[in-house]
Amino acid sequence: MLTIYTLIPVSCLVAAIVAGLGGHIIGRTATHRVAITGVAISFVLSVYVLFDVLQGNYFDGMLYTWGTSGFLTFQIGFLIDELSAGMAVVVTFVSLMVHIYTIGYMHDDPGYQRFFSYIALFTFAMLMLVMSNNFLQLFFGWEGVGVVSYLLIGFWFDRDSAIHANMKAFLVNRIGDFGFILAIAAIVYVFSSLNYSDVFSQAASVENMTVEAFEGVNWKWLTIISLLLFVGAMGKSAQVPLHVWLPDSMEGPTPISALIHAATMVTAGIFMVARMSPLFEFSEVALTVVVTIGAITALFMALIGLVQNDIKRIVAYSTLSQLGYMTVALGVSAYAAGIFHLTTHAFFKALLFLAAGSVIVALHHQQDIRHMGGLKKIMPITYWTALVGSLALAGLPPFAGFFSKDTIIEAVHASQLPGSGFALFAVSIGVFVTALYSFRMLFIVFHGKPRMSEDELAHANESPWVITLPLVVLAVPSVIFGAIFAVPMLYGEFYDQSIFVLSQHDTLAHVGAGLAGQGGEISAWKIVLHGFITLPFWLAVAGIFVAWLLYIHRPEWPSLIQSRFKLLWQILDHKYGFDEFNEVVVASGTRGLGDVLWKFMDMYVIDGLVVNGLANSVRRISSRIRVIQSGFVYHYAFTMIIGLLLLITWFLIR
Amino acid sequence: MFPWLSSLIWLPIVGGVAVLAIGRIARSDSVRWVALSVSVLTFVLSMIVYGIFDTTTADFQLAEHAVWVDAFNVNYSVGIDGISLPLILLTTFLTVLVVIAGWRVIQYRISHYLAAFLLLEGLMIGVFSALDAVLFYIFWEGMLIPMFLIIGIWGGENRVYATIKFFLYTLLGSLLMLVAFLYLYNVSESSFSIVNWHALPIAHTAQILLFIAFFSAFAVKVPMVPVHTWLPDAHVEAPTGGSVILAAVMLKMGAYGFLRFTLPILPDASRTLAGVIIALSLIAIVYIALVALAQTDMKKLIAYSSISHMGFVTLGFFVFNTHGIEGGIVQMISHGFISGALFLCVGVLYDRLHSRKLETYGGVAHRMPVFAALMMIFTLANVGLPGTSGFVGEVLVIIGAFQESAIYAAIAALTLILGAAYTLRMYKRVIYGKIVNEAVSTLTDLNIQEKITLSVLAILVLLLGVWPFPLLEMMHPSVEHLISQISISKL
Repeated sequence: MLTIYTLIPVSCLVAAIVAGLGGHIIGRTATHRVAITGVAISFVLSVYVLFDVLQGNYFDGMLYTWGTSGFLTFQIGFLIDELSAGMAVVVTFVSLMVHIYTIGYMHDDPGYQRFFSYIALFTFAMLMLVMSNNFLQLFFGWEGVGVVSYLLIGFWFDRDSAIHANMKAFLVNRIGDFGFILAIAAIVYVFSSLNYSDVFSQAASVENMTVEAFEGVNWKWLTIISLLLFVGAMGKSAQVPLHVWLPDSMEGPTPISALIHAATMVTAGIFMVARMSPLFEFSEVALTVVVTIGAITALFMALIGLVQNDIKRIVAYSTLSQLGYMTVALGVSAYAAGIFHLTTHAFFKALLFLAAGSVIVALHHQQDIRHMGGLKKIMPITYWTALVGSLALAGLPPFAGFFSKDTIIEAVHASQLPGSGFALFAVSIGVFVTALYSFRMLFIVFHGKPRMSEDELAHANESPWVITLPLVVLAVPSVIFGAIFAVPMLYGEFYDQSIFVLSQHDTLAHVGAGLAGQGGEISAWKIVLHGFITLPFWLAVAGIFVAWLLYIHRPEWPSLIQSRFKLLWQILDHKYGFDEFNEVVVASGTRGLGDVLWKFMDMYVIDGLVVNGLANSVRRISSRIRVIQSGFVYHYAFTMIIGLLLLITWFLIR
Repeated sequence: MFPWLSSLIWLPIVGGVAVLAIGRIARSDSVRWVALSVSVLTFVLSMIVYGIFDTTTADFQLAEHAVWVDAFNVNYSVGIDGISLPLILLTTFLTVLVVIAGWRVIQYRISHYLAAFLLLEGLMIGVFSALDAVLFYIFWEGMLIPMFLIIGIWGGENRVYATIKFFLYTLLGSLLMLVAFLYLYNVSESSFSIVNWHALPIAHTAQILLFIAFFSAFAVKVPMVPVHTWLPDAHVEAPTGGSVILAAVMLKMGAYGFLRFTLPILPDASRTLAGVIIALSLIAIVYIALVALAQTDMKKLIAYSSISHMGFVTLGFFVFNTHGIEGGIVQMISHGFISGALFLCVGVLYDRLHSRKLETYGGVAHRMPVFAALMMIFTLANVGLPGTSGFVGEVLVIIGAFQESAIYAAIAALTLILGAAYTLRMYKRVIYGKIVNEAVSTLTDLNIQEKITLSVLAILVLLLGVWPFPLLEMMHPSVEHLISQISISKL
């Protein structure tokens, strides 16, 4: 089986290498065939492995020894359980869809082969991350996906905005990685190992190990480690205040917005925290931080989505908000719900991005929704699939998003954690806002009168099958996935092997007990029925109704509201000023500091006062003895002789 | 037994003299081929040495011993352990690349140029294998002569200033080191043997003074803050090959000196003064990274980046645990490859447009896609990306530093952010973007020599990142031995 596990990431790596190094030799068609074959093999094998795991065949072992140092042995290996196998299926499935879609989307791009090489490489790195059985390899995959994301955001590298965005993404992620690598060092310090199995099995026994962080303040090591890991997760999963890179990452081609910046890479942080549940569970401080950050992200990023006009940025802010929901789930120890939402979100958000891409292609790279409208008739497949995606996103039963989001809200409700009260408020209001911005987009783009130019309208057509096929394929799980898998994955024993929850934190069990009622069994049908009588359902309906009111029934109202609440609108339009702050204070400040240090310390103090002073006196003396023109060798030989003379003198006088 | 180490030292020196000799009569191309053969042969020889090297012992191996100046008990004695071997391999490997890299670029006094590098190679191998202090001193001082020549003859406009600065800095330190040698000779009852010195009991005050003397020699070479300002100037003026050897090998001399002399001979002083060295290392990592962010000259930028990366080396050494020291050594080797490669990359551009300024470029990827791809690998390696050699040393040093103090580790880890900022900034300004400067649109992609040197380096950087096991395995016994030496007081 180790061979099969290895083949899952490696077939993507091979595809990436062939496409990257040989792409120009074998041509476009062969390149995409190679890449798609590589990812398809991974997908098929992942599905096989998932079924194998469901038979009870787990695996935790090494592939090879990366290196050793002192008491540490670093190994590259795999941990195969429901969590990793399930993630691998999600990753390879979405990746495969995006690969197919790319054939259509990037059809005329001169960087066609390069693009396929990158996305195959991305899939490799993501799989290494997901399947890892140790922290070092996790970090390898973590940074690997980050780099490919960097390369892909800057794919069109002659656009200034793109190369600004990709550097920003890399640097902001690095702030997260700063926390991550310190977490790794702390784990070595506390556990003397980087293997998950060693670390997790010792977690309970080091629970009371503390360190004096400040005078008189003792912190649990597990709190410190969990918080440092979460800083890493905040970077990758774009939680406030490290979220600033994700909207800008939309500079990359749309297929990767779907794959990397919606479905897979950005959820790596969520996956990581779920994987580290045996550590986080022992730190209520860390969990409180997680739930608070998640709640802030969920609500405040959704609000920005209301005022965006770029179709991709609306979906991007939606992604930020949904990542916040997942983080909230982790914070209230409903890890399974976080992963479940990650999965359903991967389907419907990839779908929405690819649908947005389909519109963008049809309108020749027009991305402003104010220049769209009435596309429902022209692009029926795109419309209906986008509608499915929006309904799932808004969380209406029985779509997939309903099951995952509703569970999160219920779990927050059940949580006793400090901060869960605020979180409940945020995620509930968030439901209304989510429904509002997603249907605002849907109505403006597909309904009403066409607002694009005559020329654009004349050329607008439904996209070719390579684009619409992935939409349809992704629409299927967006509808049915929740109804089929919610019960076993959320309330069953599916994640018992991979996720650890202390009984006093087990919010999902509490929710499950409530749903089952007295002596009953949970079923999807019961969950749906329950959904109709809860507040989130009516908030979502209200959101859709308000969207209809504002953007179909009374389209003149939005601008009225905008002028009435000018200040509020400006705050949202400036995204709370994070970008301005970072640009003016952080980036310029650092550059300015570097400049001052260089010019003052290095050039003025060290060189100007000390070195050149010495050099000038030497020059003055040496010009007298007239050796300067002939270079320094003589000089040097001269001093060596002085040295030897010293040596001899020493012996003589000794 | 066959004198492997002596062959390794003297083959390039004799080869260098031969190149000089035939330089007057032979055609330039034959000179190049001769020099290449000598360097390749030396490299092959060093690989054989690696093959017969026993990685299970900390003893000095392949030792050779001959009486040299009997009156003063000076001996020609050489030998290597797991700390010197990787550095020797680095030296022999990079010399081959430097010979190839200068193939077309250097037209002026080609035989002198190649001879200088071969001589330099032999002397540097000598430094890494000398076990007698006088021999060490001669190699140590001797290797500076070819380097001065390389900068002085093939260097840029301001080479005189750069060489004076380099010279002044080095002079002071070397003289103090000589004094330290004489003192040790005296207290060890007339022995110049470095191995004997390792076992010598020394009083604490004397240790501190000796520490300062050694420090002034080694810190300049590393270079550590605040004696680092010669390096950017030397790099800017040096020809590409000179920069490569300077950054890749010569900077390692200072770090090697710490491992060979300071830590084992002066363990008590090292422990007393570790805080100072760690502080200077952390300042180098953060302060120099900030300075690198302000640079507009590519060579200066990489030079400052080197100083910052070398801060990791000295930090690792002075936390006195296996992870730190091994991480430091790995960082030395890795930095050799990466900085060498980055200087070659700058050389590629400089040869074409005769500018090292960031603003000259922009949009190079449009004209030189192969170059852009290779340089991306080195850029990421410089950033310390996992999967490249740059990561291995960094993560080990951070782990090692954390064992000592979380604060050290946290300050060192800032390099993740700052290192990425200055390195990617350079890549963005040079490679990405639209072509603004007309001249950039005339660029041609890599020629065969450039492709060979850069691809080989790229493969090595990736290989070491994916499988650093052989490198780490080589040094384990020597590092463990060193740690036991540090932990035993010599008072």
